[in-house]
Amino acid sequence: MEPILKIDKIEKYYGSRSSLTKALDNVSLEIENQEFVAIMGASGSGKTTLLNCISTIDKVTSGHIIMNGKDITKLKGNELNKFRRDELGFIFQDFNLLDTLTCYENIALALTIQNVKFKEIDNRVKEIAKKLGILEILKKYPYQISGGQKQRVASARAVITNPKLVLADEPTGALDSKSARQLLQVFEVLNQQLKTTILLITHDAFSASYANRVVFIKDGKVFHEIYKGSDTRKEFFDKIIDVVTLLGGDVSDAL
Amino acid sequence: MLCKLSIKNIGKSFKDYAIYFFTLILGVSIFYVFNAIESQTIMMNVTASKKNIIDLMTNMLSGVSVFVSCILGFLIIYASRFLIKRRNKEFGIYLTLGMSKQKMSFLLFFETFLIGIISLVIGLGVGIFLSQWMSILVVNLFEADMSSFHFIFSKSACLKTIIYFGIIYLIVMIFNTVMIGKYKLIDLLNARKKSEKIMVKNSFICLLVFVISISLLGYAYYMVTLGVEKTLDTAEKIFIPILLGIISTYGIFWSISGFLLKILSKAKRIYYKGLNCFTIRQISSKINTTVFSMSIICIMLFVTICVLSSSLSIKNSMTENLKTLTPVDIELIKARNLTEERTKKHYRYTFAMIEDSTLSLEETLEKFEINLEENFKDIVIYSIYRTNEVTLKNTLGEYYKEAKEKYLQMNYDTKEDIITISDYNKIANLFHLEPLSLKENEYILIADFDSFIPLREEGLKRNTNITINDKVYTPKYQKCINGFISISSNHINSGVFIVPDNAVDSSLLETETLLANYQKENVEEKIIELENHPYVNKTSLEAGTKKQIYESSVGLGALVTFIGLYLGIIFLISSAAILALKELSESTDNKERFQMLRKLGTEEKQIHKALFNQIAIFFLFPLLLAIIHSVFGIIFSNYILSTFGNDGLLPSIIMTSIFLLIIYGGYFLITYFCSKNILKER
Repeated sequence: MEPILKIDKIEKYYGSRSSLTKALDNVSLEIENQEFVAIMGASGSGKTTLLNCISTIDKVTSGHIIMNGKDITKLKGNELNKFRRDELGFIFQDFNLLDTLTCYENIALALTIQNVKFKEIDNRVKEIAKKLGILEILKKYPYQISGGQKQRVASARAVITNPKLVLADEPTGALDSKSARQLLQVFEVLNQQLKTTILLITHDAFSASYANRVVFIKDGKVFHEIYKGSDTRKEFFDKIIDVVTLLGGDVSDAL
Repeated sequence: MLCKLSIKNIGKSFKDYAIYFFTLILGVSIFYVFNAIESQTIMMNVTASKKNIIDLMTNMLSGVSVFVSCILGFLIIYASRFLIKRRNKEFGIYLTLGMSKQKMSFLLFFETFLIGIISLVIGLGVGIFLSQWMSILVVNLFEADMSSFHFIFSKSACLKTIIYFGIIYLIVMIFNTVMIGKYKLIDLLNARKKSEKIMVKNSFICLLVFVISISLLGYAYYMVTLGVEKTLDTAEKIFIPILLGIISTYGIFWSISGFLLKILSKAKRIYYKGLNCFTIRQISSKINTTVFSMSIICIMLFVTICVLSSSLSIKNSMTENLKTLTPVDIELIKARNLTEERTKKHYRYTFAMIEDSTLSLEETLEKFEINLEENFKDIVIYSIYRTNEVTLKNTLGEYYKEAKEKYLQMNYDTKEDIITISDYNKIANLFHLEPLSLKENEYILIADFDSFIPLREEGLKRNTNITINDKVYTPKYQKCINGFISISSNHINSGVFIVPDNAVDSSLLETETLLANYQKENVEEKIIELENHPYVNKTSLEAGTKKQIYESSVGLGALVTFIGLYLGIIFLISSAAILALKELSESTDNKERFQMLRKLGTEEKQIHKALFNQIAIFFLFPLLLAIIHSVFGIIFSNYILSTFGNDGLLPSIIMTSIFLLIIYGGYFLITYFCSKNILKER
């Protein structure tokens, strides 16, 4: 089966010739449809750069990113916006909900900019809200709900457009451990029931252990990857910790 | 080091400062332009009567300048506070690095100083350039001729501008220092993180407030238009509709966003289309948080529109009226039958004048060595009689009691002017008015002062008789007849009683008036020369000429126009600048929101459309209410100024719209492009 995302030897350099920083150094990666992949790495390892490149927020220096058979490094201007709008879903660390809108409107916004009819918007918002357990808070404003709830609203917004790929950038970063666990369970639901392909960026081994596969990045290169296979989450978590320990100096960061 | 930092700060935040700078420069240049008018008028060849008006105008302009500088001062303080708020985080960093508050104050002090100097220099430059154009307008309005173009630089206006703005900047510096002193580090650093709490107003209360405000406003409108005679019978009551207007304006802005949001969000098909729900929410939250400034801006715009359009229309109609109101070249008036008793009341009558008042007008003119036939043609001499039996009180009859309660400030014991029918018909012939006829026991009342006629007609409707020398006269018509008996710039004849020729005798003679045209052009100068004649102090003879009236009217029109322009432009700038600053200062918050929309994949076109709509509605909203206010305001001011006539209303409204379009529209466009620029940066 054709992978949904194919990253082919991408490089990303920052700075000038005299002081060159290789944020991404010859990274290649493939993500299959309906996969739940976590990318782990310490801060400065290049994982956010990788995410930015995939999400077309940033441009690669060389290499190709092929998504659904389309080379997205060649897109320009409004094609980029259209690509993001129709093919991607985003979940950010700081929720990025619009504080002037209610939760319902925040979720609906992703559809209104695609010019979907209201009737359909209403059905889809209610359907996804039910699945993510946020039906009761739809009328509230972001400042009236907890961080975990906010992140669930953001998740609903990310998946409501049925994107090919959901990108989650440190989604548990601003949550307490209980909310974080609840959110990760939501991710499992998204992946298993809604068949959403998820790419999770994190430096937290616990979050990563919910994925099917974990890719480790260090100094802009793919360092290692492990599959969950038939392991339980606990066993998978221990394996991840082993690799993190191997990663060396960044242990404290990684934990 | 600190100086370098502040210079860099200004350079760095130039985009934020652009509107501030623009406003300062505009303020300085307009202040200079209007204060420089004085030196422009010095260059013109004008007659003495125009000179007087010009003096009056420059005095008034400098008085208005104080007021204007207050407004500009508030605007600048407001604007600079805004800009400081934007830099909270920067100041927070300075404080954490250990910079003392004194040093920070100095930093701001130096920044204000620099901005002040730069804006003054550029503003004065622009002002000097603009005032060259202004001088063309000045010459035009005063209908003077300027033989050649002079480059005019007004030293005094320049100095005045520097002093006034210097003071304003000084106050700004003091304010900044006080503000810095109040800062707490924790607030500064967290300023950005605070997510906005949206006050969700109860939509029922909103609806209630909205309905109450609209009805209050409706009543205020009614008071100044249809119900003006019933409700505004005394001058003090004018404050009622003003107060109602202010309260209801505030109420409308307070309630409308919650109320409209409720309605719009019910129209789901529109609400959930593209970025509509985002835009509507943005606007409603902005209006919600800026109720006070929105109200102020709306009221300022209202004043601007009224002042501009009324002042321009006064000027237009004043000149229009003159042709019909001054059909002859000259009018000479002389008091007759002066007594010692009247001398006590009016100190200006000397014994010589009392003696002179026994002479007829022709005889007095002879004393001046002026021959009637030689100098004048189309001569009419008429007499005005007055008697204690005919006062305002008596002529109102039964209506007096009601009138006294309604118009408190009126003096009801004033003796009325009376002339004979044959005298009037002579005047009518000269003034191209309809001749009148009377029976033995009838009288006619003529008037053309619109505000006074209704009161007069109340008396006539009741068939009020008047008694002169024991003989009773009844009104021939139950309304006033349009007419006037002396030349003036406006319709100000509040009532003259016309009676049969034998009704009055010389014992009631009060004044004698001569109306005539000149035989030759130079008679006007001869008459003006009489000022230096030795007999001038011995007589109460007064001259009014068509030329004088014309000139003072032109001058008065120019005066009103200038002051209207001055205030109007300043108000317009202030309100537009406040709106622009509000919008721009929020663009950082907005930037995050729009960035969010971009990440969601919104097309650039949609984003720009949303931004444009948002700013346009924010600008249009107070303007719209102000325009509605103004419609009624202008109707009312026309009622008040009905003496001036209102023929020139349409062109002046067009002129006002052009001003609004240029200044307000200009600010709108600058705001849009600046915000677009801020949002572009990634």
